[in-house]
Amino acid sequence: MRDVCNSGTLFVVGVATAIAVLIPQIVNLYLVIVYSNLAIMALFALSLAWVWGYGGILCFGQSAFFGLAAYVYAVSVINIGESTAPFLLAVLVPTVFAAVIGALMFYGRVSDIYFAIITLCVTLILYSLISSTAGPQFHIFAARLNGQNGISGFRPLNLPGRSDDVLGPVESFYVCMTFLIGCYVALKFLLSSRFGRVVVAVRENPVRAELLGYDTRWTRTFVFTIGAAIAGLAGALFAVWGTYVNPSLFDLRMAALVIIWVVVGGLGTLAGPMVGAVALQYLGNVLGKQQLANTGMIYGFLLIVFVMLVPQGVFPTMQRLISRWSLRRSQYEMKLLGDDISKGMQGR
Amino acid sequence: MDLTLIICLDILNGIAMLAMISVGLAIVFGIMGVINLAHGEFLMLGAFAATVSTNAGVNVWVSMLIVAPLFVGIVGLVVERLLIRLLYGRMTDTLIVTWGLSLFLVGAVTTLFGYTIPGISAPLGSVKLGVYSFSAYRLVFTGLTALTFLVIWSFLKYTRWGIIARGTTQNPEMASALGHAPHRVYAITFFSGSAVTGLAGGLIAPLTGVVPTMGAIFVAKAFIAVIGGGAAIVAGTFAASSFFGAVDTLASFVWTPVIGQAAMLLAAIILLRLLPRGITGRFLERRI
Repeated sequence: MRDVCNSGTLFVVGVATAIAVLIPQIVNLYLVIVYSNLAIMALFALSLAWVWGYGGILCFGQSAFFGLAAYVYAVSVINIGESTAPFLLAVLVPTVFAAVIGALMFYGRVSDIYFAIITLCVTLILYSLISSTAGPQFHIFAARLNGQNGISGFRPLNLPGRSDDVLGPVESFYVCMTFLIGCYVALKFLLSSRFGRVVVAVRENPVRAELLGYDTRWTRTFVFTIGAAIAGLAGALFAVWGTYVNPSLFDLRMAALVIIWVVVGGLGTLAGPMVGAVALQYLGNVLGKQQLANTGMIYGFLLIVFVMLVPQGVFPTMQRLISRWSLRRSQYEMKLLGDDISKGMQGR
Repeated sequence: MDLTLIICLDILNGIAMLAMISVGLAIVFGIMGVINLAHGEFLMLGAFAATVSTNAGVNVWVSMLIVAPLFVGIVGLVVERLLIRLLYGRMTDTLIVTWGLSLFLVGAVTTLFGYTIPGISAPLGSVKLGVYSFSAYRLVFTGLTALTFLVIWSFLKYTRWGIIARGTTQNPEMASALGHAPHRVYAITFFSGSAVTGLAGGLIAPLTGVVPTMGAIFVAKAFIAVIGGGAAIVAGTFAASSFFGAVDTLASFVWTPVIGQAAMLLAAIILLRLLPRGITGRFLERRI
């Protein structure tokens, strides 16, 4: 409990709550919609921050769960109509998918690097699978998949059980922020629990954790599944946000983006990648408007530069600088104190 | 009868295709333990080099067999000197940096050439087999793949350079103590792996659409083949390509090419569940 209520967590929750409450009051409707997207991407980054930063599981295919959830929501809401069941289904399907893949890989004791490559391959193959569903023969009951064109124009969220009360942009923003803050706090609680300590122990030294009697295979599968559930939640919210899904959710660029957010924000923190996602998505929006350089090129360049020059990411580097600065200040205060004491000694 | 022959040729060609696009990656992974996530983009660069130089009037064989490997080899050498060299022993960082490189290369090529360039058609026409016809270029492609594998295998097995490379893989400190600087071996390995990838890119240029994002189509297959193969470069890639290539081609023949890819992934996941270190981690150990 004490870990959860520390100043850093309270600060993050406070800032996020302030944003959630204030943004709709001070900006126009268009920007509320833009910020909803940023909140969704922050949630998506949070899922990888958890899986990779705390679980130590290198997952290159986190976007597979995001995209899968978006597609499940689109397909099932077209078939069902009322949005509660599709939303739950959209979180459930990627969670189960991840549990199966995770169990297969971790119980097979596949090495980290192979796991990364396999998850990436899963995403790429989902991409080509979904891209090639252009013809009318590819449909799931009433929902046509439309290949590269994707699915559009389905229903957004409504209040549970009341299919006439469709949520507007401001309400959707509140929903996104609530899920974001909720998942962040939940992960913090999980990390401060006994299980959370086991998760970190497995990350730090799997062999030692195993020798101490913890089942690393089960722990990793569970961590991976939770991460997929959060990514799925983000994906479902994304489908609700744009009422549009297409295969580019599964492409290499999308898979790379979430990795970039975590690398830039800082591996091993939960807040860093969320900030990274918001900052880089914002940058992407700005870059998208200019014609000078291709955005993919800039993202690639950023990724290389960060790994080579700021390998710990912005957030931990800043934390270190601040703690060094405060250390220096406390050293300075100690010195002043020492001077006072020696002066006092001389005076006597 | 003719149909059986055609299906057999198709499977052989599918295997050759997979083996050809994977072997450059396997060389770099097998000797240096580095997985190059920009492998697909190296293939793309090879295809672009071959296509652009053919369109500029260079003989198609020269551009496929000489220009493409040389160009991509040099790109690989630059990448190794600038990036990979600084990251030895940091596997995860290498993966991420090469991924960044892949995004960068796609963006750079798109900026330079746009989204499409005029392609080149397969030379040599087709051969008749009863009522069916089969592209002669595909037959030559299969032959060239076999030749490439033979060359790599005999190079690693019989030449002095091959022995030094294998020795460095097994024990870099010992190789270093015997006077063979590992960083030089790695640089040459990365150059050769990239050149072979460039050759593969050049050779597949007439068979596929040459676009800046074409790497993504091949890279998943190449990873699956290399990981499924395990540590042995030639034997592993050959065994894994034969298995996955056959699965892919057969499933594509029965259903669609997309189901073929999905079947291949499923086969890979099951294979890795049973043999976590790949085919050559279990069988054919200590082969090349």
